[in-house]
Amino acid sequence: MGELLIKDKDIVIPGQELATGMDFLPATGTYRDSDKIIATQLGSVSINGRLIKIIPLNGRYIPKRGDTVIGKIKDMNFSNWFVDIGYANDAVLSSKEISVDYIERGTDISQYYDLGDLIVAKIYNVSKQKLIDLTMRGPGLRKLSEGRIIKVSSVKVPRVIGKEGSMISMVKELTNCKIMVGQNGLIWINGENGTNELVAVEAIEMIAEKTQTSNLTEKVKEFLEKRMQGMKENVQEKA
Amino acid sequence: MYKKRPDGRKFDEIREIEAKVGIIRRADGSAMFRIGKTIALAAVYGPRELYPKFLQDPSRGILRCNYNMMSFSGSGERVRPGGSRRSKEISMITENSLNPVLDLSEYPGAVVDVFVEILQSDAGTRCAGICAAALALADAGFPMKDLVSAVSVGRIEDKLVVDLDKEEEDYEVEGEVADIPVAMMPKTGKITLLQMDGICSKEQLLKVLEIAKEACNKIYDVQKKALMEKYQI
Repeated sequence: MGELLIKDKDIVIPGQELATGMDFLPATGTYRDSDKIIATQLGSVSINGRLIKIIPLNGRYIPKRGDTVIGKIKDMNFSNWFVDIGYANDAVLSSKEISVDYIERGTDISQYYDLGDLIVAKIYNVSKQKLIDLTMRGPGLRKLSEGRIIKVSSVKVPRVIGKEGSMISMVKELTNCKIMVGQNGLIWINGENGTNELVAVEAIEMIAEKTQTSNLTEKVKEFLEKRMQGMKENVQEKA
Repeated sequence: MYKKRPDGRKFDEIREIEAKVGIIRRADGSAMFRIGKTIALAAVYGPRELYPKFLQDPSRGILRCNYNMMSFSGSGERVRPGGSRRSKEISMITENSLNPVLDLSEYPGAVVDVFVEILQSDAGTRCAGICAAALALADAGFPMKDLVSAVSVGRIEDKLVVDLDKEEEDYEVEGEVADIPVAMMPKTGKITLLQMDGICSKEQLLKVLEIAKEACNKIYDVQKKALMEKYQI
């Protein structure tokens, strides 16, 4: 009979035995060694039926097909842009993959995106050697012109977004900011004024810091309501 | 005859250990490991693109370690800063002792840099460096089969002693002191580093490995605690 050696949400370290017997299956962050399941990453355990996986607590972004990311144009040549998305290699955006219908040969492509521009793009292919292809064709994919960028660890992104986007849509609603979360951990925030943006930044930093706490949505909501209320009173006082 | 250790420890007793994880904010992962008076810091940066390009491996990422003794870390004389034959060797054996557990297949063409700095040395710096580097890599979130723990075991006359300090390392007897650093994966007992400075018999060497395993398990417990402490709510 299989036996579980840890509890759900326990913190485990690489090499730690998680379960014995064949009743459980190793998922991401674990491997099977004869009849044992062993962790390969520092993280918290998540048990889903027979599957045991590890939710890492730290680590760089690993690109996956279909991810929406925020990146910075680092370099370009006649037909491609090279985009820094926080991975070891730069991602490539081909001039064929931007939303403009037709680019004549020999056009200076810097008129679309120039060095240092920030873009929201989608990863449409990742090769085995981790060559990354980006596309700008899709809803919401564009160049970012105003607002601010903050960075959180990419392992915290699922928590920032929340279940079906519950967390981020709450922050958007309460702070009146437009927010775009890249899977690589870059987050773009644009509000009607700087103070609103700052409150949103604080909220997101709070989420990233307290990923382990339960009932986080409630706590963030409470925090945001208090801060927004405080700001309103401040404005009234000045008036 | 060698009957008593200068600091009063038992022959199979290691010095006091302390480990801490996440001490360098700007690094991707970091750790401090102290054993007795020896202190090692390790910082992990990367994965990042590896140049010159011919060093890249298209199938996996590469681990690059750099061991350095700070100029004030010695027991008297100032340590000459910069690389030396010795630091190059230790950088290499640190890499070799960590590579078997580390899985960098997600980062082809990239490099992961580990910088090990010795703040204070009282023998056993390479072992302390390896312990710190393993912690820092785990802290950075890289997939690893197991941790790595390391300790040095010595032979002084006919006694096998664990975790030599500087005074014991320099002990003068007929027939020199053998100093045997061992690194292993504590869960499986597989050895990833075995060096020997001096001579000892085959029987003694086998005994040394047993002693090292026991000591590594003690070190592993401290390493495990340090990693878990960082994220305990």
